[in-house]
Amino acid sequence: MTETLAIKNLHVSVEGKPILHGVNLSINRGETHALMGPNGSGKSTLGAAVMGHPSYEVTEGSVTLGGVDMLELDASERARAGLFMAFQRPMAVPGVKMADFLRHATTNVRRPERKEGEELIPMREFRKELKEKMAQLRMDPEFARRYVNDGFSGGEMKRAEILQMAMLRPKFAILDETDSGLDVDAVRLASESIAQIGKEQLGGAQMGILIITHHDKLLERNTPDFTHVMLGGKIVETGGVELAQELYTSGYDRVRAAYPDAAAIEREMAEADQLETVG
Amino acid sequence: MTTELLAPTDPLESEINKYDFITQTTGVFKAQRGLNAEVVAQISEMKQEPAWMRQFRLDSLKIFESKPMPKWGGDINIDFNDIFYYLKPTAGQGKTWEDVPQEIKDTFDKLGIPEAEKKYLAGVKAQFESEVVYGSLQQDLGDKGVIFTDTDTALREHPELLRQYFGKIIPPNDNKFAALNSAVWSGGSFIYVPPGVKIDFPLQAYFRINAESMGQFERTLIIVDEGAEVHYVEGCTAPMYTTESLHSAVVEIVVKRNGRCRYTTIQNWANNIYNLVTKRAMAYGDSLMEWIDGNLGSKLTMKYPAVYMMEPGARGEILSIAFSSKGQHQDAGAKLVHCAPNTSGRIISKSISKNGGRSSYRGLCKVEDGAHGSKSSVVCDALILDPDSRSDTYPYIEVDEQDVQIEHEASVSRIGEEQLFYLMSRGMTEAEASSMIVSGFIEPLIKELPMEYAVEMNRLIELQMEGSVG
Repeated sequence: MTETLAIKNLHVSVEGKPILHGVNLSINRGETHALMGPNGSGKSTLGAAVMGHPSYEVTEGSVTLGGVDMLELDASERARAGLFMAFQRPMAVPGVKMADFLRHATTNVRRPERKEGEELIPMREFRKELKEKMAQLRMDPEFARRYVNDGFSGGEMKRAEILQMAMLRPKFAILDETDSGLDVDAVRLASESIAQIGKEQLGGAQMGILIITHHDKLLERNTPDFTHVMLGGKIVETGGVELAQELYTSGYDRVRAAYPDAAAIEREMAEADQLETVG
Repeated sequence: MTTELLAPTDPLESEINKYDFITQTTGVFKAQRGLNAEVVAQISEMKQEPAWMRQFRLDSLKIFESKPMPKWGGDINIDFNDIFYYLKPTAGQGKTWEDVPQEIKDTFDKLGIPEAEKKYLAGVKAQFESEVVYGSLQQDLGDKGVIFTDTDTALREHPELLRQYFGKIIPPNDNKFAALNSAVWSGGSFIYVPPGVKIDFPLQAYFRINAESMGQFERTLIIVDEGAEVHYVEGCTAPMYTTESLHSAVVEIVVKRNGRCRYTTIQNWANNIYNLVTKRAMAYGDSLMEWIDGNLGSKLTMKYPAVYMMEPGARGEILSIAFSSKGQHQDAGAKLVHCAPNTSGRIISKSISKNGGRSSYRGLCKVEDGAHGSKSSVVCDALILDPDSRSDTYPYIEVDEQDVQIEHEASVSRIGEEQLFYLMSRGMTEAEASSMIVSGFIEPLIKELPMEYAVEMNRLIELQMEGSVG
């Protein structure tokens, strides 16, 4: 049976302000989806809401993974159910070593039935795997002793996010602008790593991936099976890899012209944002 | 090696009440409730002290009676006449663990003291109520002239050292509670490390208040002679009673030229103990004094370990942490006093407040006239876990010299929603995530502790964190 991450008619508000206006998106395991759209169209909001950020209020619609209602679960439970998000701006946790953090996270996600206080994944087993994965990502072993995202460069943060994805082996991964702020080499490495992790068979199936991006570099090696365009808090168009290429080279003018209603909402949201900034 | 800071191995159920048990003891002698010259004289007599100590106690009592309560810090609401000032639990001190009465042994067994000793300590003292009930020291250290005993025994066996240093670093008129301790002190540790002797493993003492309405007034004196080194570790606990108890210790330390002393305390008192302690070290030429001070529990803690840098090149370092929860006020901090040129000091203070707890940092950086070329830095971080809790900083800086360098940095942070969400998206529960953030916050202290204490400290923090988030 194919497990599916199904997002249906999702409406999301932040501080009472509606951002998503009925998003529909279905991802099967083994599929790679690209989510594109101009700034402020709601892409990151979708990621945060699906992952369970408490400030993102779902006012309508549903999110299910393999038929299980995700909206009933907090972020921790969603992670244990197999959801993962690589953050655009991951938070620093000073004083907590990457290795300790990863061992807890890995244990929690791989053994969701584990109760707090029970044994973690054996140290030897964990270390061996961590070393391998870090080598693949060309990370200095010393990295494991550094504090989580504390003083990391942009590139280090993104690599650390991919390392977590590799260790946690989620069923579905949302990559929120994982390519932003990376130089060409770093994007290539990230993109190769994501492709490689995505191909691994976990529990009989590959990972389902949602790549939120502005660039085509990440999509070169992670050829999307589907490309979605978000505008004004809605997915207005879905196509194949050629759609991603078109948007990257030609921008969003054609899309705005084709969907005037969504474009109007986008304009309103942008103006409201500006008013807030000015006020 | 990688430490497992957040992996409690024991079921939490049994951990929660770990320190909250009461041992049934009869006690050999208990002074009458309340405080007067008669009680003080009686304590001195019980201990068969020399006349000078008896007089020192009686003079101190007068100072105590004449001094007003401190006007700053926390609210102290103690009825000094409702406290037992002396309780002798056994007829004598055990030299081997077998000599210690069973009920007291059980107490310390529960606290894990003998195990700790077997594992890595060079010597251990255990104080129960007013008296040290157990003591041991590695043979080879004794042969080198190291003295590690309780202060009462030291007074009998090493009167010349006691007379020279006792009450000289912290005189009775220093403050009201130093005067109180000077009047009714009992037990505590005495350490003398001869010139050039370096003790590789920590010496440990464990203090336990067991009886209700009991005051504990231990008195510790540590003398580190020239070029000598020692690390002393102290732990304190008390069970929960409905009435309040008082812990008022005095700790005096002398570190001579090129000597080095590290004093580590982890205190986890019950939530109705007033913990009012005076700790001060005098550091001489090119010596180093380090205080590592962890404060959990108690109703009110007022404690400011101090280093007086007396000669050029002396250094003082103080690492302090306070964790306050509901109904608790940790008024903790540190003092650095530069009395000589080219001395240097560093204070790192961290506090965590949750469930309406209040933490204050109260610190002093003082440079005396003539102490040119001195440097001090103070870093003070507060972590507040919820809107009901409170944190204050009261830094006092007094500089009477031109050519000095004083730095003070303070930061206050709250556990943010974004940080919690990040950790939870990695499968941590909310409680686990908060606990991880707090563990990270106190990491600079933890890494200074001996391994076993680091594990213990983390476990205590986890217990404090239990139920801190809805």
